Amino acid sequence: MQSIKASLKDLLRYPSAVMGSLVLLGVIALAVYAIVSIPYDEALRLWRGGPDVWYMNPRNALPKWVNLFRSDQLPESIAILNTDESVDLETKETSAGFSDLTYTFHFDYPYDEFPQELAFFFTSEYVENEPFVSVYWTTPDGREFRIVDMGVSRQESYRFSQDERLTRRLGNNAARIALFQDPDSDPEDPVPLKGEYQVELKVLTFEENSTIDAEFVLHGEVYGLAGTDHRRRDLMVSLLWGAPIALAFGLVGAVGSSVSTIIIAAFGVWFGGVVDGIIQRITEVNLTLPFLSILIMVGTFYSKSLWVILGVTILLIIFGAAIKTYRAMFLQVKEAPYIEAAQAYGASDVRIVMRYLLPRLIPVLIPALILSVPTFVFLEATLAVLGLGDPVLPTWGKIIYDAWGNAAVYNGYYYWMLEPAILLTLTGIGFSLVGFSLDRIFNPKLRGL
Amino acid sequence: MSMDTSSMNGKLLKVEDLRVWFELRRWGFGRAGYVRAVDGVNFTLEAGEAIGIVGESGCGKTTLMKTILGLNTPTDGSIWFQGQDLSDKGRRETRDYRAMVGFVQQDPYGALAPFMNVNRTLEEPLIVNGVRDRNVRKQRIHDVMKEVKMEPVEEFLPKFPHMLSGGQQQRIVIARSMILEPKLIVADEPVSMLDASVRVEILKLLRGLQDSHHLAVIYVTHDLSTVRYFSERIFVMYAAKLVEKATVDELLNNFMHPYTEALLAATSDPDAENALIMKDVPPGEPPSLIEPPPGCRFHPRCPKLIEGLCEVKEPPDFEPVPGHQVACWLYQ
Repeated sequence: MQSIKASLKDLLRYPSAVMGSLVLLGVIALAVYAIVSIPYDEALRLWRGGPDVWYMNPRNALPKWVNLFRSDQLPESIAILNTDESVDLETKETSAGFSDLTYTFHFDYPYDEFPQELAFFFTSEYVENEPFVSVYWTTPDGREFRIVDMGVSRQESYRFSQDERLTRRLGNNAARIALFQDPDSDPEDPVPLKGEYQVELKVLTFEENSTIDAEFVLHGEVYGLAGTDHRRRDLMVSLLWGAPIALAFGLVGAVGSSVSTIIIAAFGVWFGGVVDGIIQRITEVNLTLPFLSILIMVGTFYSKSLWVILGVTILLIIFGAAIKTYRAMFLQVKEAPYIEAAQAYGASDVRIVMRYLLPRLIPVLIPALILSVPTFVFLEATLAVLGLGDPVLPTWGKIIYDAWGNAAVYNGYYYWMLEPAILLTLTGIGFSLVGFSLDRIFNPKLRGL
Repeated sequence: MSMDTSSMNGKLLKVEDLRVWFELRRWGFGRAGYVRAVDGVNFTLEAGEAIGIVGESGCGKTTLMKTILGLNTPTDGSIWFQGQDLSDKGRRETRDYRAMVGFVQQDPYGALAPFMNVNRTLEEPLIVNGVRDRNVRKQRIHDVMKEVKMEPVEEFLPKFPHMLSGGQQQRIVIARSMILEPKLIVADEPVSMLDASVRVEILKLLRGLQDSHHLAVIYVTHDLSTVRYFSERIFVMYAAKLVEKATVDELLNNFMHPYTEALLAATSDPDAENALIMKDVPPGEPPSLIEPPPGCRFHPRCPKLIEGLCEVKEPPDFEPVPGHQVACWLYQ
C-alpha cells in the first residue's frame, strides 16, 4: 500500500529509527551469516558437543580479545599434529616389521600465565601389538622431563594432569605448572618461562602396517572471539545461531499473535452477538489464567521444543488484552458510512471484515507488532533460564541458562553471561526504537511539538 | 412466491404495510419492548420517478431507507421490487437486488474508505458483483467518472478521498452508486453536508443522471427547500408513519396535514424580514417511538385536535383530492 511505503520513508526522518534500523540490520546480518557459514545440522552437532567435537578447546576460556586489555597475557590454545610440517621426524633403521620414529614438536610460549591443560590424543592402527610411545619435555633453558611411557590403543588420550605418577615425579606439582615454571621464580607465585619448548614423541611400532597419529594439544586460557563454555563449546556457534532463532521466534510469535488477534477481534465485532460474546468470554477467562505457569507445565510434561512452546504461547496470547483494545477500535470503525455502502452494494461479510475493517487498523497493528517482537525474544530467554529451553537448539537463552547454572559471574566468566545478554538487549533496543518511531509516524498525535 | 402482476403494472417498487421494529433488551435477554422505527408504511414508486421523503430527525426515515436498501430486515410487511418480494429472495438474488439499488450517503468523506483510492473505490462494487474482466471494469469506471464530470479521469483515479474537495467526494459517492447501473437510487440527504455553493451542482448532477438513465430516486431529507428542486412527489413522515403523500406542487400549495403545515412554516426563507418573526411552530417534542401515543401520533401537538377521535383512533389514509393522500381525521 502506498501510504505504508510513504510511512517507511518517513522513518528516516527519526534518528532513533535510523539507529534502531542499523541495530536490526546488524542482528539480521548476524543471523544470515550464521545460517550461511554454519549449516543447521552442523550447528546442532556443534551445540550438542561431546568429547570428539570439542576436545581441542579449553574449558571456560575467555575470549581472545581480553588480552588486549591485560598486562599479563593469557595463553592461547596450541594444537600440533605429528604430520604437521613444523614437526621434525627422525626414523631409525630397525629390523623388518618394526619401526622407531621420533617426532619433535616445537612451540613458542610467550605468555604470562600457565596453560589450562596439556594432552596428547592418539589414533593408531595395528592388528595385535599396539604401538608404544615415550614422551619427553624440554624447556627453553634445556631442562628435560620424562613424561610418560605407554602403549597406545586405537583411540587413546593422555592428559598430563591425570597422570599421578608424573605429578609425583614433578614433586607433587601439577604438570601444567611444573613444566612451564621459571626455576628462578618464587615457588609460591610461579611465573612461566617464555621461549621455545620442545616435546619429543618416540614411537615404536611392532607390525608391518601399524601407524600412529598423534596430536599435541595445549589448552590455553583464551579462545576465539567469544570464549568457550563448561563443555568446551565455542560460544561463537551458539551466539551466531541464537540470532536467527531469536528473530524467527520473535517474528513468528509477534506476527502470529498480532495478526490472529486483530482478525478475531474484527470478526467478533462484525458479527456481534453470540460470536462476539464467545470471543469476549474466552478472552476474559484466558486473561485470568497464569500464562507462565501453563508454559512451564507444557514444557515439563509435553514438549520442550521451541516451536511447540511458541505455538502454545501464540494460542494463549491471541485471546489477550489486545483483543479488547482492537475491539474498541473496530466498534468505532464498524459504524463508518463506507461500510454501510459496501453492504449496500453487496460485499460479503468476510470481504467487509478483511477489506474494509482490517485496513483501518493496520496503522495501529504495525507498530504494535514490531514492539511485541522483543517480548517474544525475551520470553524465549526467560523460559530457557527457567530450564525450559529447547534441548536441541542453540539459543541465547540457553547460554544464559548454562552460565547461570555454572555460576559464571561468581567464577569470573562474565563474558559467558554478558555476550548473550548484550545481543538480547541489542535486539530489543533495535525493535523498540523502530517500533516507537513507527508508532509516531502512524499515530501523528504522539509526535512531539 | 406469488406475483401480483396487475398491481405492479409499471411499478418499480412497492412498499406494503412495512414495519421495522428494533427489540429492546433487558439484562441481555429479557425483552423490554420495541423501538417502532417504521410502523406501517405504504407507497409505490414508478420507474424513473423521483420522490422525496421529508421528516424531522428521528422520525424513522433513515430506517425506512436502509430497509429499502436491504440493510435492515422488515419485522412485518413487504417490499416488492420489479414484481418480486424481497423477503423471498436467497443470498444471490439479494445481491442482485442490491446491485440494482444505488446508495448515496450524507457524509461524502465518511462514505469513502480512507485507504482506497478513487479507482479502488469504484472497482469494489464491480468486483463484489462478479465483473471479472479487468478491461470491462476499467471501461465502466471511465464511463461513470465522465458521467459525474470528474475529468480528466486519469488524474482523479489514483487520488485518495482526503485529496478531494467535498463536492468531488460526493461526485465519487454518486459515481459509486451509479457504477452497477442501478434502477433505483436512494439518496440520504446527499447535499446537507456540502457547502451551499456546490449543493446546486450536485443536485443538478443527480437530476441529470435521473433523466438520462430513467432512474427512480428516493430522496430522503429534512430540508423541504431542496426537495422542491428535486422530486415529483413528496412523502411527509412523522413518528414512523407517512402522514401525507402528494405531488410537489399540490403539497406545497394545498398542504393538508397539520404537521406538514408546521414543517412548511419552519422552512427557512432567505428574507431579511424573517429574522424578526417568531414562527408559529407546534409545541412539544416528537413522540417516543417506543411507546407512541395512541390514535393519531401527532395529536399531542396538534392545534386542530378533534377531541374524542384523534387520541383514540388511528387515522387511515384519506384521499380528499385524487393523488393526494393524507392520514388525518380532518379529511374523513
